[in-house]
Amino acid sequence: MKRYTRDQMAARVARDIPEGAYVNLGIGLPTMVANHLPKEREILLQSENGLLGMGPAPAAGAEDADLINAGKQPVTLLTGGAYFHHADSFAMMRGGHLDFCVLGAFQVSATGDLANWHTGAADAIPAVGGAMDLAIGAKRVFVMMDHQTKSAESKIVAQCSYPLTGVGCVNRIFTDLAVIDVTPQGLTVVEIVDGLGFDELAALTGVPLRRAAEARADKQKVV
Amino acid sequence: MIDKTVASTSAAVADIADGATVMIGGFGTAGMPSELIDALIRHGARDLTIVNNNAGNGDIGLAALLKAKRVRKIICSFPRQTDSYVFDALYHAGEIELELVPQGNLAERIRAAGAGIGAFFTPTAYGTPLAEGKETRVINGRGYVLEYPIAADFALIKAEKGDRWGNLVYRKTARNFGPIMATAAKCAIAQVRSIVPLGELDPEVIVTPGIFVQRVVEIDVADQLSSPQAVA
Repeated sequence: MKRYTRDQMAARVARDIPEGAYVNLGIGLPTMVANHLPKEREILLQSENGLLGMGPAPAAGAEDADLINAGKQPVTLLTGGAYFHHADSFAMMRGGHLDFCVLGAFQVSATGDLANWHTGAADAIPAVGGAMDLAIGAKRVFVMMDHQTKSAESKIVAQCSYPLTGVGCVNRIFTDLAVIDVTPQGLTVVEIVDGLGFDELAALTGVPLRRAAEARADKQKVV
Repeated sequence: MIDKTVASTSAAVADIADGATVMIGGFGTAGMPSELIDALIRHGARDLTIVNNNAGNGDIGLAALLKAKRVRKIICSFPRQTDSYVFDALYHAGEIELELVPQGNLAERIRAAGAGIGAFFTPTAYGTPLAEGKETRVINGRGYVLEYPIAADFALIKAEKGDRWGNLVYRKTARNFGPIMATAAKCAIAQVRSIVPLGELDPEVIVTPGIFVQRVVEIDVADQLSSPQAVA
């Protein structure tokens, strides 16, 4: 079965981030989105540790231990960027100033609950960082994850079995098979990877899916 | 004359008592006041409660304090990292207590302590295991969790420059928790790269006004470069 590559997923997410957006990219897979943001759009990346207008990694030898991102990797600051303290940084999230965040996930439920911080395993050391603040704070929450686990279980579920990060907070899910919106009427498929049919996708997904056309028709009925 | 400068890191931390709550600035090692932590280790205070975003990296700074078994409890948002093996071992051995707090709640609880706020309702963690046992309220249709301030006896922070009144400016993302921790501790101790004469810091860009800072100690750049911290 054909699947989107990591880079294709990142490029697909990037396509949905418009000119002028303030965006936080979570640790891991979401950081790849930065490589695909269209150059002609002015998009400002926020990092939880106190910078807005984050630039790419510095050239080798130009790293500065005082200029890092949330993943503690060296970064740069764009001309016009700013530094601030932690309470201001999280006011940007919680206060609804951030337009988008992109997060990885273990599971997303049909109602947009997110589980991405803890497996709940007895011997696992829990670590949450800024995930819960981002999940409930950004105006739109994008999740980027594989459609299935390594053992082929759907990561889109009726109810998350892992500990929650946030309740009803996810707006759009980008997987290696599809782009799916979380709506009050349920999960609506926006796009499917080439060569995969709707019914095949539905069979690989743990909860019922709606076709975008159905969702549009319902919307017209309501109007 | 107000003079908050202190001659040495050892003198700066000399009255930190056993059982104290100590905030330590830094996000990973950016902004971590390693020289003050080393002084605290030499000083020997134990049974400490530490507030930091993380739980130490490698064998230096906060990790060294943990390794010396001086910490009873840590309040942090992200203990597990690729190089947090000192904390990991203590945690698995049941030798350290962990209070895990979402990072924004950690920052706001510290800010609240410094701003005299009794408690606050936050949407972060509502409906998650980290809100279990906490008071909640629905306000305008949205769920919130009641969170209480975190205050400290001491804060150890790192800034770029300071003056004898305690005014501070920071450097890049090393600022992180420094400004809010300074407000939330009875005694905020700042290590700075240089102490400058009054008036040299532009009043328009002072980040921490001196009222929030009790002690300022200069760390010689050469000291920093020759210390194990800089090598590691």
